[in-house]
Amino acid sequence: MIEFRQVSKRFPDGTLAVEDFSLVIPSRKTTVFVGSSGCGKTTILRMINRMIDRSSGSIEIDGEDIVGLDKVKLRRRIGYVMQNSGLLPHRKVVDNVATVPLLNGVPKREAHARALELLDTVGLDRSLANRYPSQLSGGQQQRVGVARGLAADPNILLMDEPFGAVDPLVRAELQQELIRLQRELDKTVVFVTHDIDEAFLLGDQVVILQKGGVIVQKGSPTEILTAPANDFVADFIGATKGKRALHIDRRDGRDVVLDSEGRAAGVLVDGAPSGGDPRPLEDEPA
Amino acid sequence: MNWIIENLPLIGQRTLEHLALSIPPIVLSFVLSVPLGWVANRYRLSRGVLLTVLGLLYAIPSLPLLIVLPIVLGTGARDSINVVVALTLYGIALMVRTTSDALGSVSSDISQSATAMGFSPWTRFWRVDLPLAGPVLLAGIRVVAVSTVSLVTVGAVLGIKSLGLLFTDGLQRNIVAEVLAGMVATIALALLIDAALVLLGRLLMPWARATRPSSTRRSRLTAEAAAS
Repeated sequence: MIEFRQVSKRFPDGTLAVEDFSLVIPSRKTTVFVGSSGCGKTTILRMINRMIDRSSGSIEIDGEDIVGLDKVKLRRRIGYVMQNSGLLPHRKVVDNVATVPLLNGVPKREAHARALELLDTVGLDRSLANRYPSQLSGGQQQRVGVARGLAADPNILLMDEPFGAVDPLVRAELQQELIRLQRELDKTVVFVTHDIDEAFLLGDQVVILQKGGVIVQKGSPTEILTAPANDFVADFIGATKGKRALHIDRRDGRDVVLDSEGRAAGVLVDGAPSGGDPRPLEDEPA
Repeated sequence: MNWIIENLPLIGQRTLEHLALSIPPIVLSFVLSVPLGWVANRYRLSRGVLLTVLGLLYAIPSLPLLIVLPIVLGTGARDSINVVVALTLYGIALMVRTTSDALGSVSSDISQSATAMGFSPWTRFWRVDLPLAGPVLLAGIRVVAVSTVSLVTVGAVLGIKSLGLLFTDGLQRNIVAEVLAGMVATIALALLIDAALVLLGRLLMPWARATRPSSTRRSRLTAEAAAS
């Protein structure tokens, strides 16, 4: 569990990026920060591994204030995946994946063996292990980035717009892959995005932020969709229009789901998956 | 031409002496430029002052420097240490700016990602920043190497042994072939050291070549487009 208590961050130039931010991030769930650029979501994320130090307030991981921890050690036990993968261009894929174990002094042979397993985990062929990052496609690089984030088997995985720079098809693929991984690995994932669809797709807890790290609303995707806190949220998630405002029409003996423009979005079927937080209709796989 | 054939052993020996005088300043200016370049790149304030002052070193005329250095260092006038020190100063003058720029050229995305992985600042410098600055550092040290090989000849005026002695001796005795031999051998030596540095770069930075294909393909395409 990660807990923010009245955390503020003022940068040296005087900008107040985050003001009085409090939030509990539950373990083994995916929490997504979503908001437009400049809302402080990346700053909040980076305060967790102390890439940025908070100015006031406290941040605790499993009840331990991170301010007392060694920064370098703290970062090695938290996975980090960023936009444009951030892979080291001068090291082969296998070395990139093994970065943190190697830093921790794991013998090279062992670290490499584990790295190859991780390539399997993220759905990459082992033949890519000896290539350099620049020889991979954007989507492949991003998968390597995820594998690297998982290499030290951290409990916490921070993801800063990891799929922001890949094309929509690859992004959709990577999102499904992350959902699958999260089912298998059960990490505490903290994910930052400006894409509300991505937030609803991946998040167990979605936190909508406004400038200064102000929480406008937090909750499950269903809670937010069914009861937007205010007009800003309703507008941000597009609750009143397009594919978010669906209605059912009976045609030829079947229930057809139509969007606000009257275009068919899908057909109701029996046997929807049960348990957990029911996903909004349009995100259900057909 | 006869002079060259008759004096091949002499040319060979002068070449070796020249090489022995060239290598230490090249290595020293590289090694010393790393911390200086780091400071220049790291601290904005020092950057302007440091780079200007060190850059101005190159403006000191070489002959007077070689005369003054023995007095400052307390070495003999014909001591080869004078040449090494003088050429190291010139090497630093060229190399510090390059080093500073090379370190500054490392993408902040990659630096940040390395920090987020848990590299300490020290480890990050040696394992990430410095290797990634490699290609630019190599370009810089190639300039230093060629410049050093050429400047070593100046020592000949003071009687310090190098290929430069073939110039002074050839001029005094009016042997054109000797002067020519000295020039050609100096250029050949410069090319040889340059080639060795390129080779060293390929061995140490295999990734730089792996990264390049897309850009060479692109430039080839542009060349083809320009040709058609």
